[in-house]
Amino acid sequence: MSAPLTALHRCCQRSALLLVARRPWSSSSASPPPLHTRLLLYLAQRYYDVEMLMKWSSNLKKRGLQKKNAYYGYTQKFYGGDIAAAYFILSLKGRIRFLGQPAWLHADQSGKFNWDFLNHKDTPLEEVDLSYTVINYTGLGNLERQGSLRTLSLRGCPEVDDWFLGRLHIFQDSLEELDISHCPRITTGGLAALRNLKGLRRLDMSSLPGISSPGLVAILLEEMLPQCQITAIGYDHSLKQEEEEEKEGQVEAQR
Amino acid sequence: MSAWRRLHVLVRPALTCSRLTQQRTWLCCSLSTGAPLRNDFFKDLEAQLAAVRKKAADALPGSGWSPLEINPNLPPERADIVIVGGGVVGWSIAYWLKQRERIREGVKVIVVEKDPTYSQASTVLSAGGIRQQFSLPENIHLSLASADFMRNINEHLSVMNEDPVDLQFNQSGYLFLASEEVAHIMEENYSTQRQAGAKVSLLSPTQLKEKFPWINTDGVVLASYGLENEGWFDPWTLLNAFKRKAMSMGVIQCCGEVTGFKHTTIMVRTGDDEQVGIRRIQSVRVQMPNSLEYQPVECAIVVNAAGAHSGKLAEMLGMGFGAKDTFAGVPLPVEPRKRYVYVVHCPDGPGLDTPFLIDYSGVYFRREGLGGNYIAGMSPEEGEEPDISNLEVDHQFFEEKIWPSLAHRVPAFEKLKVSSAWAGFYDYNTFDQNGIIGIHPLINNMYFATGFSGHGLQHSPAVGRAVAELILDGNFKTLDLSNFGFKRILTQEPMLERNIV
Repeated sequence: MSAPLTALHRCCQRSALLLVARRPWSSSSASPPPLHTRLLLYLAQRYYDVEMLMKWSSNLKKRGLQKKNAYYGYTQKFYGGDIAAAYFILSLKGRIRFLGQPAWLHADQSGKFNWDFLNHKDTPLEEVDLSYTVINYTGLGNLERQGSLRTLSLRGCPEVDDWFLGRLHIFQDSLEELDISHCPRITTGGLAALRNLKGLRRLDMSSLPGISSPGLVAILLEEMLPQCQITAIGYDHSLKQEEEEEKEGQVEAQR
Repeated sequence: MSAWRRLHVLVRPALTCSRLTQQRTWLCCSLSTGAPLRNDFFKDLEAQLAAVRKKAADALPGSGWSPLEINPNLPPERADIVIVGGGVVGWSIAYWLKQRERIREGVKVIVVEKDPTYSQASTVLSAGGIRQQFSLPENIHLSLASADFMRNINEHLSVMNEDPVDLQFNQSGYLFLASEEVAHIMEENYSTQRQAGAKVSLLSPTQLKEKFPWINTDGVVLASYGLENEGWFDPWTLLNAFKRKAMSMGVIQCCGEVTGFKHTTIMVRTGDDEQVGIRRIQSVRVQMPNSLEYQPVECAIVVNAAGAHSGKLAEMLGMGFGAKDTFAGVPLPVEPRKRYVYVVHCPDGPGLDTPFLIDYSGVYFRREGLGGNYIAGMSPEEGEEPDISNLEVDHQFFEEKIWPSLAHRVPAFEKLKVSSAWAGFYDYNTFDQNGIIGIHPLINNMYFATGFSGHGLQHSPAVGRAVAELILDGNFKTLDLSNFGFKRILTQEPMLERNIV
C-alpha cells in the first residue's frame, strides 16, 4: 500500500525539482537579460555619453520608420490618391494590383520597380500585398481613399498593431479578404476592431503570438463575423502543462 | 553514521578557529589553547576603538551626523514643484514637466500621494473608457490627443531595459443611443465631432439592429458610433507607466498627506479702490502616514491634482471663505461623488463586438474580458446622491435602477447575475462638470488640474502636457484650454457639455 504512495511522492518531488531547475533557461520575463544588455545598461547608467549614443540610435531607427511611412502628400497633389498609394506600397516593397488589371506590380530585390504604374491614373487599387513590410498606422493614411480595396495582406508585419486594425474601418465597405497572420503586436483588444469590416469573407489570423486564448478568440470572431471564413492555424490548443507533467511521470515510471 | 557526524562537528571549529566568530567561542575554548582568543580580543578592541573615534569625529560641528534618527521617507526640504495627488493626472503632469524641462534636472518635482496602495483612488476604480463623443471641441481635442499618446505610448513611456507598456486597449468603440427628445442634440454633437477630426458615424435604428442584432431598438431614434480611437484600457497600467517613466526621469515620489500650507498675503488695491489679498504659497506641510511627523517642503509652485479631495485642499488656502460677491468668496466647486460599478455575468450576452454602450436612460455597460462578464453602472439623479463617507456598494440601486434599463435595452441581460461590485469617487465639478485647468487669480502659485467629473483618466495624457506647458512656457502651446480656466467660475459662465444623457 505504502510503496506506490512513496513512489508517487518521490515522483512529485522530482518533477518539482525539475521545474525549479528548468527555470533559468526558460524565456520568461522573469529571467535576467543577456550579459551584453546588462553591460550596456550599466554603462548607460554610468556614462552620459553611452546614454546619449543609445538615445541617438533609437531615434535614428524611429526616424527611419517614420520616413518610410511618411504621408505622400506631394504625389497625391500631382498624380492623385491612387498613384500615391501605389507608389507608397511599391517603395515599401509591397505588391499591388490595380482594379481590372490582371498583372501584379512589385519591386525587385533591390527595391527598384517599373514606373509604368503611372499610366494607371485614377484606377483604384483592388489587391494589396504588404507582407513582411514595415507599414504602420501613419503609413495606412496613404491608403485612406482606396474605397474598392478587396484584398489586403499584412502577413508578418512587425509594426501592425491594434491601432492599425482599428483604422482598417476605412475599407469597411469593400474589404473581403484580410491576412493578419504572424503579426507579433496584435492582441485580442485589436481584433475587436474588425467588427467594422462587415463585408469580410476571409480572415487569416494564424500564429499571432500576442493572443492568449486563440481558440476562444477564433470562436468569438466567427460569431461576430458570421459570413467570414476564419483560418487560425499555428496554435497549440492542447493543455500544455498537464501534458508535460504526464511525460515526466512516464519518464519516472520507466526508470 | 550519527557518531561520525558529531565528530565532524567537533573537528570543524578546531580547524577554523583562526577566523573565529562569537557564536563559536565556547566550542573553541574547550578545544584550543587561550592564545588565539586573547589575540582576537585585542583585535576586536582595536576595531571598536576605531569606531568610537570615528563617531566622535562625526559628532564634531560641521559634520553631517546628528544624534536624532531621521525618517528616510521624509520628502526633501526644498523642491521647485510639488504636485499634490499621485493619481494618473498628477503623474502625467510630473512626466510632462520632466519631458519639457530644458536642461537635465532643471526642475525638481515631488509627487505627494497619501495612499500608495491606491485603494480609494478614482484612477484605478474607474471603468477605464476613452471616447471622442463629446460636445465641446476642447474635450474632443483632449481625447484625440490622449488617444494619439496612447497609440505611441511606448515612444513616450518606455523605460530602458524594462518591458514595453501594454495598455490592453480594447478597440471597441462607444455607442450612444438617443431618444426622440435628444436626437437633435446628437446630430449637432456629431457635426462638431466630425469637424474636430473624430471618426464617428450615425446609425439609424435599422442599421443599429443590423450591426448589433442583440440590441432592442425600442425608443431609439438615432445612435452614434465611434469607429476609431475609442474603447477601454487598463487604468492601473497607464498609471504605473507614467509613474515608472517619471521616476526614471528624476521625479521624487513621496508618501504622505498634505495637511496645510504656509503662505504670505500681499494686499493690493484694484482699479475700483478695493483691497484684495493675493496669496503666495511658501511651503507645503506634508504629514507622514500613521505618525505625527511632518516635513514642510519649500516650493515655488504647487499643482492641485488631488481629484476628489482638491476642494478640501483649496479650502486650506482660504478659498471660498472671503466675503460674498468677491473672488475670494468663490469656493472650488469640486466635491467627491460616489459611483457604483457592478460586474455582471451573463453567458448569453453580446460577444466580441460589444461596444461601450451608453443608453439615453443613463445606464452604461461594457464587456470585461472574453468570459461573458460585463461591467455596468449609472449616475444617480442629483437629489439621490449616495453618502460619500465610505465606499460601500448599494446593491438595491442595481436592482431598482440599472437592471430594468439594461434588460430593456439588451434582452439577454434578463438572465444576468451580479458577481461583484465596487464603488469609487468622481472628482465632480458641481459648477459645470468639466475640468478646471489653470491658476486662481488670488493664489499666485497654485495650478489646478481637477474637477474632470469622470473624464480625468482618459484626458490625463493631454491634460498633463497642457499643465506642463502652462507652468514651463507660461501659456498653452499645443491645445488651447484657456476656456477651462478659473475665469468661467468667477464670472458664472458654465461650459456645459450638451449630453444626451
